[in-house]
Order: sequence, then structure tokens, then C-alpha cells
Amino acid sequence: MIKYIGALVGGLLLGVLLIVTVVFYNPMLQTNNLSPLAVSDNEVMHLSYSVAAQDALVYTNDGESQVSPNPPKVLQLWEPTVRGTTASVNVLADSRGRAAGIGVKFSSHSKDSSALDGKALVNSVWHIYLPQRGSIFVEQSENYWSYIQDIVFPAYRSSGDNWRGTWLSNITDGPGALGTALVAGGSGEFAGVDSVAVEALSAKAYSVDLGPVAMTGELSIELPPALAAPTPDEQVSQGQ
Amino acid sequence: MDKTLLKTFIIGIFLGVAAGAAGLYFTPLVEQARERSIVDVTPNGGNKEVFHANIPDDRILIGAADQLPAVPLGLDWPSDEMFASTRTELFKIRNAEDLVVGVASRIAATSEDGGIIEWTLHLPARGSVYLLMQPALSEDSFRLGSLRAGSREFSGWVGSVAERWLAGAGGAESALAGRIELTTRFVAVAKDES
Repeated sequence: MIKYIGALVGGLLLGVLLIVTVVFYNPMLQTNNLSPLAVSDNEVMHLSYSVAAQDALVYTNDGESQVSPNPPKVLQLWEPTVRGTTASVNVLADSRGRAAGIGVKFSSHSKDSSALDGKALVNSVWHIYLPQRGSIFVEQSENYWSYIQDIVFPAYRSSGDNWRGTWLSNITDGPGALGTALVAGGSGEFAGVDSVAVEALSAKAYSVDLGPVAMTGELSIELPPALAAPTPDEQVSQGQ
Repeated sequence: MDKTLLKTFIIGIFLGVAAGAAGLYFTPLVEQARERSIVDVTPNGGNKEVFHANIPDDRILIGAADQLPAVPLGLDWPSDEMFASTRTELFKIRNAEDLVVGVASRIAATSEDGGIIEWTLHLPARGSVYLLMQPALSEDSFRLGSLRAGSREFSGWVGSVAERWLAGAGGAESALAGRIELTTRFVAVAKDES
């Protein structure tokens, strides 16, 4: 009798291990490298920033998470309602690497996350101000499943507690059609504009102790034709 | 090989797969705490909610070129001239029961063609709102504004907001202490399903 109970328990444990392994390494889920905006006819504005907390002007969370707040004395979000929230402020750079504006990002763990669906979701919003141009609001749902699968888990498994490599993926997962973020222009040349955006992460190094070490985020925002910079031919025809 | 033993082991595997799948399905990955929404329904005015930030306790950041002392301590705000007329602030946001329910950013900037003042309120359990304010104060010292966009619970809503500064509110003794109060009046817009 004992050996049958042992066989049943052994089978149970193996079954649980199997389902967890299949769910984690779900072959149906792949890193999403192709931006939905790649097929857009409209101009796309790119704004990039360093994801590493030590590069942010301000980064704060509950103070007990893996990534430490920066500066260390910044007010921490320890209350129950905001414990799963991070707030960061970064200088955003344009596609030539020049400072273009200030971006505030709020991110919160989403209760819609589901291991069976391969969704480690974060609800986030960007509040962006580009001096001389205007302001933008971006709302999105981000999926960090492939990030955990490809970077975080290998870092924990590594004897050096870190990960190095080259990894690029779109993390925006909605709420727009085709998995895009929704953009609302606030002021300046963006006033009244409704558009879409995609955020991508490009990672090179990750540490178990520090979190992202060398990682760049890029927000790509589709600009309606009226906002796109005129081509050289158009500038000539406009007498500029 | 005992065939019954092998069958028991295989049954165990199937049971383990089913139990694991059920566990993953029914165990939430994220538990989001939420305070109750304190909403007044005003006649023809939508849902009214009052949020506030106690100053200085709830202030996370003052990002401005000439800000002394730095908030938070150790902040290295860029001295680039392009940010000279921009002021970025972060706060914790509280509900009418003085409980923290979210975080907020306030960006104010002046330019040749006027200025802007904007808020983004991020309430993790509910959604976010993007509020555009009129730079000038009204006669009764309110700054009025409107809802430009909202996410999740606030998606597709329209409405207005009023901001005011209540000096000394909250019991703090400092002359600079007080409360920034935001009164929102939002209403959901019926979606055309035709």
C-alpha cells in the first residue's frame, strides 16, 4: 500500500513540476521584437531613457523591493494601496540622443496578471513634457513575462547572480488594438491629438542585487501627419 | 514491473498537472489593495470625488531649476536651460478619509505662448486620469481644469476638476504647510453601440 501512495505522490509532484515548466517556458509565447508601428505610414517620434534606477532623476517604490530608491532619501510608497507602485522621473532623449524633455512614469502591478496566459502585467502611465513642443499622456499595459523568462530568471540561476547579453522586446501589451498604448496630447503642438505608442526595452546587463544595470527604454509615439516634420521637398515648396 | 504501480504513478502525474493548472488559475499573482471610493453623486454634475496631498508630508519631488533645498535630499535636477521654466512635482494622493490612494504628478511650465499646468493622478487599483488646468486662478482662488484622458475605470469619461491651495490645513505648523485639494467631477459617456 505504501508503495502505491509513494507512486501517487511522486506522480503528483512530477505533474506539478511539468505544468509549471510548460507554463514558464510556454513555446507559444515569443519575444515580441516587431513594433506594430513599423508598418505605419506616419512619422514616429522616439524618446529614450535609461531604465536603471541610479540613472533616473528620481525613482521610488516601497523601499523593500529589489531596486533601491534613488536618491536614497526620497519619500517611499509603503502604504498598502501604492506598495506595488513605482514612480520614476527621467530625462527623455530624442532619436539623436539629445535631451528632449522630462518624463514621469507611474507603474503598478496589475491584478490581471496570469501565469497560465503568460502575462506578468504592469499598468503604467507616462506624463511627458517636451519644452517648446508640448505635453503628452500615455497609458499602457506592459507585459514583462518574456523579460522575466529571458533575463530575470537566468540572472537568478547564474552563479554570479547577474545576466549579460543582448535582448530587445516590445513590452507594451495594450490597451489599444494591435497591443499599442494610447496617447493623448495635452498642450502645444500635441494639443487635442489622439494617437498610439509602443514602449520597447533593450537590455544588456541585469543584476539580482541592483535590478536593471544597462537597460534602455524607448517610447515610440506615432505622430498624425499634421504634426510630422516637413520633408526637405515640402520645406522648399513652403518657402522655408 | 508492477503495472498497477505504474498506472498509479501516471494517474498521479495527471492529477498533479490538473492540480498545478488549477493552482495557477485560482491563485492571483497580484493582490491589489484598494480603499473604498468616496463618491458624491451631484445633480447633473457627475461623480464628485475630493483628493488631496498634505504638504510637505506627501511631496515626493520638486523638480525645478532654482529649488532650494532640494526635494528629495540629494536630487540632482538638470541645469539645462531648456528645463529652466519647467516645474515637475510628485505627490502621494489621499482620499477624503486622509488615506493614501495613489500618486500624482504636476507639471507646470511657462513659454512664450502662455503656460501650462497639468496633473496626472495614478490610482493603482482604479486607473489614471490626465487633467489639463487653466493657468489663471478664478476669482475664488480655484484653478479650474478638465479631464483630457483616463485609463481603465476612467476610460471614456469626461469631466472637470478644481484645484485649490489650503494654507495651514492638515494641522502642520510650518508657514509653507498646507494642502493641495483636487475636486473632480467625472461622468461616464455612453458608448454608441450602433
